Parts: sequence; structure tokens; C-alpha cells
Amino acid sequence: MKRARVAYSGAIHDATPHKQGLQLADGRVVAEDAVVWLAPFDVGTIIALGLNYADHAKELSFGKQEEPLVFLKGPGAVIGHRGQTRRPKDATFMHYECELAVVIGAPGKHIAKADAMRHVAGYTVANDYAIRDYLENWYRPNARVKNRDGGTVLGPWFVDAADIAAPVHLNLRTLVNGKQTQSGNTRDLVHDIPSLIEYVSGFMTLNPGDVILTGTPEGVVNVNAGDEVVTEIEGIGRLVNTIVDDTAFGR
Amino acid sequence: MLANQVGCGFAPYRLSGTVYGVLLNHAPALAALGDAVNAAPYKAAPKAPVLYVKPRNTLALPGSSCELPAGVDALQIGANLGMVIGRTACRVSAQDAAACVAGYVVVNDLSVPHESFYRPSVRLKALDGSCVIGPAVAKERVRDPAAQEVRVFVDGALVQRTDTADRLRSWAKLLAEVTDFMTLSPGDILLLGTSHGAPSARAGQRVAIEIEGVGRLEHTLVATGAAHDHPMEPHA
Repeated sequence: MKRARVAYSGAIHDATPHKQGLQLADGRVVAEDAVVWLAPFDVGTIIALGLNYADHAKELSFGKQEEPLVFLKGPGAVIGHRGQTRRPKDATFMHYECELAVVIGAPGKHIAKADAMRHVAGYTVANDYAIRDYLENWYRPNARVKNRDGGTVLGPWFVDAADIAAPVHLNLRTLVNGKQTQSGNTRDLVHDIPSLIEYVSGFMTLNPGDVILTGTPEGVVNVNAGDEVVTEIEGIGRLVNTIVDDTAFGR
Repeated sequence: MLANQVGCGFAPYRLSGTVYGVLLNHAPALAALGDAVNAAPYKAAPKAPVLYVKPRNTLALPGSSCELPAGVDALQIGANLGMVIGRTACRVSAQDAAACVAGYVVVNDLSVPHESFYRPSVRLKALDGSCVIGPAVAKERVRDPAAQEVRVFVDGALVQRTDTADRLRSWAKLLAEVTDFMTLSPGDILLLGTSHGAPSARAGQRVAIEIEGVGRLEHTLVATGAAHDHPMEPHA
């Protein structure tokens, strides 16, 4: 089952896909662009992976990893489907990252790999932007690169774990203004979903709503104000975002 | 530990938000690195505040027990003054920063000691129960948040005497620079930064932090497996 959370006509609603757009829990059928799309679940701790596809690691000149490269993000970064993300005017290299987001449904610590998928509630698409101009070599990747307001797009749908066969091997891709710039398949994750859950829960308790952004394959290119960025994962969803410049934010 | 169980002592704020720490904000802490800041892997002193998240699994109440991970002898005690955000803070100027702060809180930001600040593993900073929070006071109670004495005790012995002065970024400037790209919300906490020479403590020891004008925080450290574990199994 796919579910969304949207704002419409003065309230926030759960919604499901409908051939004319989406249907709210109260029965109303509305067009996809008639609602404001929110993140499709209550977002807890955001656990992001760097360089979790071998090809992307190579693209950024990284060697073998001793342990998964995990970093944490705050909830202020999150926006939903069809949102806007600001590109500061001094940026020269801002790029999207299409990622499978794995949402935790059952709490746990020291979860064994064999049990890990039982802790997954479902999936959504993430587009986790980075602005490389701001990269510094202190607590990488530093917050100014990866923890910006509006820099983590989630949605449109929350897809129940039961609807996706394990192991999770899904095609994913990014289109900028309709042209494909990135593609990959989650079978190429350096650390797969059960391994990541085992690793992270080895030192921190995972709770419902915590989400693991599993990393992005190669093919990240600069995006500019006005670009439409679509990150898409087979069976999960097609997440649209638009890049805007500083003026949209009164800067 | 649920963050919303942590009462803050002044209405209507409860510590339900995200805790952000800042590395090397104490001028002597950065100075102690000397020329290393210009060498690999850093290649330059930090320009923007070096921030990190203390996620919700780390949040703990006074009196709690933080369990050391296997193979770790001691945790570093990161005595911090925390600013509790009272209203949405987005692109706040240093001059207007005070209006966004509801109060101050004593925080122990516990870490597994690490020498490299390049890309340390998150497991060093995100241990369950490693962000002990409280007590808190409304901001009117603290006349100058940049001039409060900070004392750290381990098993009753004074192990660090420092203060909240000498920050590369004052609390107001820090709030301004952080909120330029990251909105902080009511209930979020921004830490002022650990002072140079942070002491450490071992399993079985009691830790206390006193911040003048704010209060005294006490908790303990326990050995691996000593915190009574209630593993929760998925029902689904």
C-alpha cells in the first residue's frame, strides 16, 4: 500500500493513489498539484550514508571503507514532493542524490542482519542535496554541505515493506529537466539494508520513524535555479523538486 | 529515553527537539591543535561552525546511566551550556538572537574519545544515553551566558574548572551563523561547545557538571551490559 501526507483545504490528510491524482482519507479525490505534499511519515533520526555505491565512491576518489560512512541530519532539512530547494548564489556545484530511504517500524538495538528486515516499516524516495562548495575537512560531511533547510526531499509515497520483495533490488534514476543524469540499482549497495541496520543498531537504538538514506550511485551533476529534478525509484515513487535561487527566499 | 519526558522547568518548553553540538568553539581547544589545522587531512582551520547532531536515542535525564560500549574504557565528558530555542530561529541576526532563546540548560555531551576530527565515526558521538540534559533555567536567570563558571566532578573530585567565555563564536553569533542555513525550532538545543581539556570518566563513576546560574547535572557511567536491557522485539 502507498500512502502520502498532504495539506489540502485547511488540514493535513492521509492520502492514497487514485487514477485522477490522489484520494484523501475522507473520500475527496484531488489532483496531484492541488495539494501540498509533506514528508510521508513522521521523521525521526535521519541516518545518511556516504559513498555506499562503489561507482559513486570511485567518482569521488574514495578507497575502501573500514566501516559504513554514516552521518546524521536534523529534521529541519526535510521537505516533501514538489517542494523547492534553494541554491545559494555563491554555489558552483550543488547536486542531487537519489537514494532509497528505509523507514524503521519497530525499535531495536543490536539487531542481527538476519532479523533486520523485520524492523523495516517501509520505503520512500529521498533526494539528499549537497553543496560541495562548502565542503570542509572537519566532521565531514559538514552541516553546511549536507544539513541545509530544504536539502532533504522525501516522498511522495510511503510504501509498505510488505509490498517490496527482499532482497531489495530496485532501479533508481534521476532526471534533470527530463534528461536522465543518474542511474543505478540498489543491488549495488556496498552495505546492503540488513547490514546497515545491523551496523547502526550496534551502537544506537533505532526507533520507529528513524530513516536510513542508503546512499547514491554515480552520476551527480550540478543543478541550477529553475531546474526540475526528478528522483525516481522503481515501485517506490517519482519525487519532484525544483531548484530556486536566493530571491525566492528574499535573500 | 523519550525526549519529551525531559521537563525543562519553564513553561511551555519541553526538550523535545534536536540537539546540535559544535566542535572546537572554545578558542583554546582550537589553538591546542596548532599547525595541525593546516596539515592534512584538514588543510585549513574550520570556517563554518563544525556542527554535529546528538540524535534522540542519545537524550537522557539527570540520574541516568550511560553504558560504555564494549572495548571502550572511558568516555569524554563534554560539559556544555545549551541554549534552548524558544521560537523558530531562521536567519536570526546576532543582535536578535536573544529573542529566540527560551533558556539555558546543563548538558553533558558524552563521546568516545577521538583524535581525528576529519570524519570520525558517528558511533563515537551517538551512543544511547550520551546526551544528558538538565537542569534548565529561563534565560532571565542567567545574566551573562558568556561568563558562567563550569565545574566538572568525577566521583566527587573536581576534574575540570572552566567557564563559558572565550568562544570563537559567542552564543549569539553561533545562533546567527547556524540559522543562516539551518532553521532551529522551539525545543531544539544548540550547545555552546566543550572547553579544552575535557576530562573523562570510566564505568562505575559518577559525573557531575555545575554551571553557575543554571544548575548541577549528575549521572553515572556503567559498564557494557550493566544498564538493564529490555530488548524490544518487533510486533509486526
